[in-house]
Amino acid sequence: MTGSKLDLLQGTLDLMVLQTLAAMGSLHGYGIARRIEQVSSNQVLLNQGTIYASLVRLEQRGWIASQWGVSDNNRKARFYSITRPGRKRLAEDAHHWQRLTGVMDRMFRMDPAADEEPGKA
Amino acid sequence: MSGLKQLRRRVWAFFAKKALDAELETELEAHLQLAIDEYIERGVAPAEARRLALVQFGGIQQAREKQREARGLMQIDILVRDLKYTGRKLMRDPGFTIVAVLILALGIGANIAVFSVVNTLMLRPLPFPNAQELVWIAPPPDKCGLSCATYSTDAYDEFRVGSRSYQDVTGYFAFSTPGNLKLSVGNDAPIPATGIDVIHNFFNVLGVQPQMGRLFREEDARNGAAPVIVLTDPWWRRQFNADPNIIGKAFDVNGKQTTVIGVLPRTFDFGAVFAPGTKVDAITPLNLYGPPRNWGNIITLIGRMKPGVTLAQAVHEAAVVAPTMCWNNRYANSCGQYKGAVIPVPLKNYVTGRLRQSLVVLWSAVGMILLIACVNLSNLLLARAAARSKEFAMRGALGAGRGRIVRQLLTESLVLSGAGAVFGLMLAAIVIAWLRTQGAIALPLLSQLQIDGEALGWTLIIAIVSATLFGLAPGLRMAAGNLHEALKDSGPGSGQSRKHERLRSALVVSEVALACMLLVGAGLLLRSFLHVLDVELGFQPARAAAVTVDFNDDPKLGDGSSHDSAKAILDARAAHFQPLLERIDALPGVQAAGITDFLPLSGNRSWGLPYPKGVTLPKNLHISGPLVYVISPGYLRAMGTRIRGRDFNWSDNTSTRGVIMINESYAKWLASYAHWPNNDPVGQVLVNDDKDPGMLVVGVTDDVHTESVEGENGWQIYYPWPQNFGGTPQLVVRSTLPPAQLATSVMAVLREANTKQTAAEFKPIENLVDHANSPRRFFMMLVGMFAALGLLLAALGIYGVISYSVTRQTQEIGIRMALGASASHVRKRVLVSTLRLATIGVVLGAAASILTARFISSLLYDTSPWDAVTYAGMAVSLLAIAALAGYIPALRASRIDPLVALRAE
Repeated sequence: MTGSKLDLLQGTLDLMVLQTLAAMGSLHGYGIARRIEQVSSNQVLLNQGTIYASLVRLEQRGWIASQWGVSDNNRKARFYSITRPGRKRLAEDAHHWQRLTGVMDRMFRMDPAADEEPGKA
Repeated sequence: MSGLKQLRRRVWAFFAKKALDAELETELEAHLQLAIDEYIERGVAPAEARRLALVQFGGIQQAREKQREARGLMQIDILVRDLKYTGRKLMRDPGFTIVAVLILALGIGANIAVFSVVNTLMLRPLPFPNAQELVWIAPPPDKCGLSCATYSTDAYDEFRVGSRSYQDVTGYFAFSTPGNLKLSVGNDAPIPATGIDVIHNFFNVLGVQPQMGRLFREEDARNGAAPVIVLTDPWWRRQFNADPNIIGKAFDVNGKQTTVIGVLPRTFDFGAVFAPGTKVDAITPLNLYGPPRNWGNIITLIGRMKPGVTLAQAVHEAAVVAPTMCWNNRYANSCGQYKGAVIPVPLKNYVTGRLRQSLVVLWSAVGMILLIACVNLSNLLLARAAARSKEFAMRGALGAGRGRIVRQLLTESLVLSGAGAVFGLMLAAIVIAWLRTQGAIALPLLSQLQIDGEALGWTLIIAIVSATLFGLAPGLRMAAGNLHEALKDSGPGSGQSRKHERLRSALVVSEVALACMLLVGAGLLLRSFLHVLDVELGFQPARAAAVTVDFNDDPKLGDGSSHDSAKAILDARAAHFQPLLERIDALPGVQAAGITDFLPLSGNRSWGLPYPKGVTLPKNLHISGPLVYVISPGYLRAMGTRIRGRDFNWSDNTSTRGVIMINESYAKWLASYAHWPNNDPVGQVLVNDDKDPGMLVVGVTDDVHTESVEGENGWQIYYPWPQNFGGTPQLVVRSTLPPAQLATSVMAVLREANTKQTAAEFKPIENLVDHANSPRRFFMMLVGMFAALGLLLAALGIYGVISYSVTRQTQEIGIRMALGASASHVRKRVLVSTLRLATIGVVLGAAASILTARFISSLLYDTSPWDAVTYAGMAVSLLAIAALAGYIPALRASRIDPLVALRAE
């Protein structure tokens, strides 16, 4: 199992992009993709191209903003940064995500023995 | 808020496609370059670096598509593509496109036109503000005509004062005759026009505002008030060239200088609401305190209920007020005679209530037409789909989803129905414009017809519904098809095509069944109409014509209130009309001529209930008296009404004994009370009261349909012109010549007798009957047209299916013929399969008709809803049409050359 990469759940890529931008400041598409790959230690199956659909979606919702600029090695590229509504959204989503993972954690920790009926008394 | 912003961005993205695509390209290029840079930095060779970057990136095209999908309106993108494709596809097959759009245009157009009619007449309120408050106040319908539906001025006053349910009560004079106004301009012959006298508050109650000037006030209707007139919009335009300064001008109307005080709005059409099929040019105020005081029942009542008052309350109150109303306050014994005869009904029910059933039938008929059109189109599309099944299979194989293909097909249907709707709308606009000018059809509110927002909305609904109806079946059918099968399927004889054909046959059968129901409906209405035309009217309308004669009594002879004055006036009238009629009788081509004051099927009135002398009628006899006609000698002959006994002659005058004629029905009723030898009233005496010297019955006449062609015969009584005061004289001439030819010579005689004779119209008596029958004819024609259309569409459907099946079986037929089948045998086989389809359809349709015919039975006249002749006629004509539609492909089948057919595949 550990050998194969993880498929991304619907919507998680958007959240990753937001978090990356929140943590790193302004970044171009390639930078974001690389960053996600690095953080996930290459465990996420990411076609880098798919990031652009996510970026345009986030930008239309007003959660990120973009402007053209020049990269460190002098390449013209489009730089994205998170906006104030984007941060708000990220906080909400992160909270939601943590609650969900907490619940999932507890679910998986359930003791098979405790699965018997609560009591017949 | 943010959703809206996002939508705006998406829409913008949709339109700024090019710029955004270019940006994306730059961005993707930069991405790859950055990746390559990184690899090179790590020491990878440039070519390998590029390869690795591409691998890492994933599909570039996929990334582009995903990004576009995310940013823009993908749905619209697809729609635009589908539309372009549909356009190309339809252009490539113009024959199919034209037929399909034409069928839809007819179906949708008929629906829009009928919807406009139904909406105006049935669904929408009357064209007055708060029209639901308006009520028509009258007794229940009766055979005694307008006299029983009207009230005296005393009764009106009492009702108005005594009722609390109404904001106000008004009415109009119900006995105006067409051409009662004579407008004199300069020295030309006066121009006839039709005016209606209304109570001064008439327009206030209806809520009508003038487009110019003012409407009536109380002082306009007082004794001695200066004569005023209000013009209708059409007359103002026609007669006065839409003079913007008309207000305040005075004209000679009926010999009096009359001032124009106002012009009515275009939306107000008196005839359209109160007297369908007649044209009213002007409105004048009715002076309730002048001579009309003693004219008896002359006023129709219209009330506007107070807000919050229910109809039930008004009805209840009217029943309480009615007994206190007097026919004439001077005669105590005339009080209470309106008991039970004052009932408010919503004005709308009075105006259009009777037509409800006809309209519903009409609406159903066009609904069926639309269904047939849809079935037909479904069939056409199925045939096309069969031909395109490989195309779709190919698209499926290349990865098109089933939904995409259905969507493409539905787009095609929508484009077709959209085009059909556009042409249908034009068609409907033409029909509506034509209907609006059909003033002679005695249907209310026709002049108010228009294609309005509601009609447009209905068009939209119909277009979408029909597109779904006819597009979905073939679409699903197509998409559900087995890919593999379709690609393999070479067409002829294989399973898929057979399934197609079964579906198409089922569609044709249902089409035939629908057409069958329409035909039965039209047939029944036609039979009814023919029966109505066959009604023994009691007069012969053909070759008789009528014209209004202008005559004014000499004012020097007094007002007729004294015995001497009355005698002088009547003698003067006889002296005028006897030679006039003799001269007209002598004209070449004239067979008979006479005058009456009311023509059958137009106005009427009654004067009480004369009874046999010496007989006491039972008390509390709630029976209305016979309709009264004051006629000259020769009139009944001119009308073609037979007399048993003798006609009046000119020596029945003021110096001789009073004489009358009565009709058969009345005579029969009287005879049941009197003990006449052989029950024959001729030679007997009728009286109005015990002191009356009585009137001698000299003749008994045929029953005449005076009220309506279809209704029961009422009672009639005829008084001689020289002995009684008749109303406006109508000259009736029976001739061997056409009316137009006769008009010149008759008008010359009339003008010779009276230089002020108006240039009145010479109206064939047939027009009266046509006018009375016009609603029935109108509905019959429409349903008949729809049935013909249904038949045509069904024939097209049959032709399409059989023709297709012949094409499909070309090879099979070729083999049969090669093996010795004769041409006639092949023809027979095709015809038999055609007739099998048609027969199933006819049987189903007949069964459905039998079940639903009760629905139209109230519209039929003297015809059973299960009339065998109609059903047989329907079956024969449908089968004949089917045979015809099948014969063409049958002929084609029999001409198949076996050699060619076998070589074809």
